[in-house]
Amino acid sequence: MADKVAVKLDGIVKRFGGFVAVYEMNLEIREGEFVTFLGPSGCGKTTTLRMVAGLLDPSNGDILVHDKRVNDLPIHKRNLGLVFQNYALFPHKSIFDNVAFGLKYRDVSKEELKKRVTDALELVQLPHTADRYPAQLSGGQQQRVALARAIVIQPEVLLLDEPLSALDANLRENMRVELKRIQDQLGITTIFVTHDQAEALAMSDRIVVMSDGRVEQVGSPQEVYTSPSSLFVAQFLGNSNILSGRLDSKNGALSVYVDGLDSIQVDPKQLKDFRDGDSVALVIRAEKLTLGEAKQDEDHATQLTGHVDAVDYQGQAARYFVTAGGHSLQAFNQIDQQPVKEGTDVHIRIRARDCVLLEPEA
Amino acid sequence: MGSTSWNLIRGYTILVYLFMFTPIIVVMLLSFNSSQFGSFPMEGVSFRWFVELWNNDAITRAFRISLALGALTALLSSTFGVLASLALVRYDFPGKQSLSTLLIAPILVPEVVLAVALLLFLRWLEVHKSFFLLLLGHVIFTLPFVILVVQARLVGIRREYEEAAQSLGASPIQTFFQITLPLLLPAVFAGFLFAFTISFDDITGTLFWKPGGIETVPTQIFAMLRNSISPEINALGTVMIIVTVALPLLGAAIARRFGSASSE
Repeated sequence: MADKVAVKLDGIVKRFGGFVAVYEMNLEIREGEFVTFLGPSGCGKTTTLRMVAGLLDPSNGDILVHDKRVNDLPIHKRNLGLVFQNYALFPHKSIFDNVAFGLKYRDVSKEELKKRVTDALELVQLPHTADRYPAQLSGGQQQRVALARAIVIQPEVLLLDEPLSALDANLRENMRVELKRIQDQLGITTIFVTHDQAEALAMSDRIVVMSDGRVEQVGSPQEVYTSPSSLFVAQFLGNSNILSGRLDSKNGALSVYVDGLDSIQVDPKQLKDFRDGDSVALVIRAEKLTLGEAKQDEDHATQLTGHVDAVDYQGQAARYFVTAGGHSLQAFNQIDQQPVKEGTDVHIRIRARDCVLLEPEA
Repeated sequence: MGSTSWNLIRGYTILVYLFMFTPIIVVMLLSFNSSQFGSFPMEGVSFRWFVELWNNDAITRAFRISLALGALTALLSSTFGVLASLALVRYDFPGKQSLSTLLIAPILVPEVVLAVALLLFLRWLEVHKSFFLLLLGHVIFTLPFVILVVQARLVGIRREYEEAAQSLGASPIQTFFQITLPLLLPAVFAGFLFAFTISFDDITGTLFWKPGGIETVPTQIFAMLRNSISPEINALGTVMIIVTVALPLLGAAIARRFGSASSE
């Protein structure tokens, strides 16, 4: 992957009257990178995408595409590919004319236009639909055509605004793979907006987690998932147990004292800027809590005793709702033979390296 | 509800429709009557009065004027109506609500009041009555119908179509002609026909606004009625009814063809 910067957001801010939709946002997207803006609705992700697209003007800051400031460039001169949640295929034009639409405003000969449209339709695996109309295609097919229409113009950046949200679950997963394949094949710089963490984790090179108009964390899917940098990120991605406690560091060992529980051992690398005695939030992913019937002796792990209140059986795995020392915890474990039964007492194992320390909520 | 009450309702409804449509049917039947006097029983069937109509210069002139006036009114109203609807639906500007009310107002104000007001206003401006003034009055009066129809359709056209077109390189004007207008066409067409038929039918405003020497079909009928009731008027009425009923029906049929062609 080249290290050239394709898109640069330089301190962009968006205000709607007194409401701030996006606080000062800085981001560099490299050539060919697949970057996802992830967050709940109203977090500013779509607003940011629309600013890059040229559908909204930033109140402050600059947007650069390939080192060129595009703030004052109207949308039709930006050469970006845009795909919407609701496809937005032109209902009165055939599939061929839909895909060819952008090429009509470019210097392209008739033969080349035909070839490029045909190639684009082949790339999205819909070569025989050229003569049909959008209403004759299924939702998934329409979204593929919308993608073909956006990439046929060879845009500098591909902008995808929740393109999979209108599709049903099975189709969505197929389209996810398909979309990633096409993006890889073309090596096109892509900004993808979604509220679906599974999509973000599966497809992105980097994820930008946003909340209330602010960037919470930027990182690879793995970084964002395993080392969340804020409580918001920890709660938004996956199922996390969050316990508040007090830090206790003695002779190189690190542990957190939580009311009602024993001290929980934590990897010393988690110390970061914390000091002995600080209040901290201890984050443990539900799948990292292991339930067992017998106590196993192990270093760098904490054993707690708890009681299974409820079991959410899911076939290959189960989600357990456990109480330990007055705290409600969630554990998500693969099932070996039998799930742990409701109402039984269990031992809960927590490995030190699975614990993440974060600032407690103000 | 018992069957007797249903029968009462049925009978009442039939009476209402009879009351409304009998006069129209009588006019149409009598226009084919060969006798000089417009009364039953009919003496024979003939196209005599239609032929006389055709040979009556005053009437054919009025007919031509009405057609031209209607067509021009429809053209101007649908053009302004589309532009006004775009402004009202797609853009935000101060005074938008007031402008919207103002544009719709002509159908809320009694036509006589509107007619007199426009006349007095132009007299105050010392502008003389003219065909242009008549046209202006008709445009003001038919504009709300176009705006209401076009606005309703425009609200239903998602902005994403326009945004997609622009992202692909079409300028705002190209986007309008390539995307917005084609999607809007059935409504524009309906608005055009509305404006035409309303203008073609109008008498109140026309009586106030028309300059001397210009008669439209309705004012011509009105003038003829003052002298005598000639069977020619029945024939003219029949022609008017056919034009005003057939046009919207034709329009609806064309709109359906348009609609099904793009969704097939």
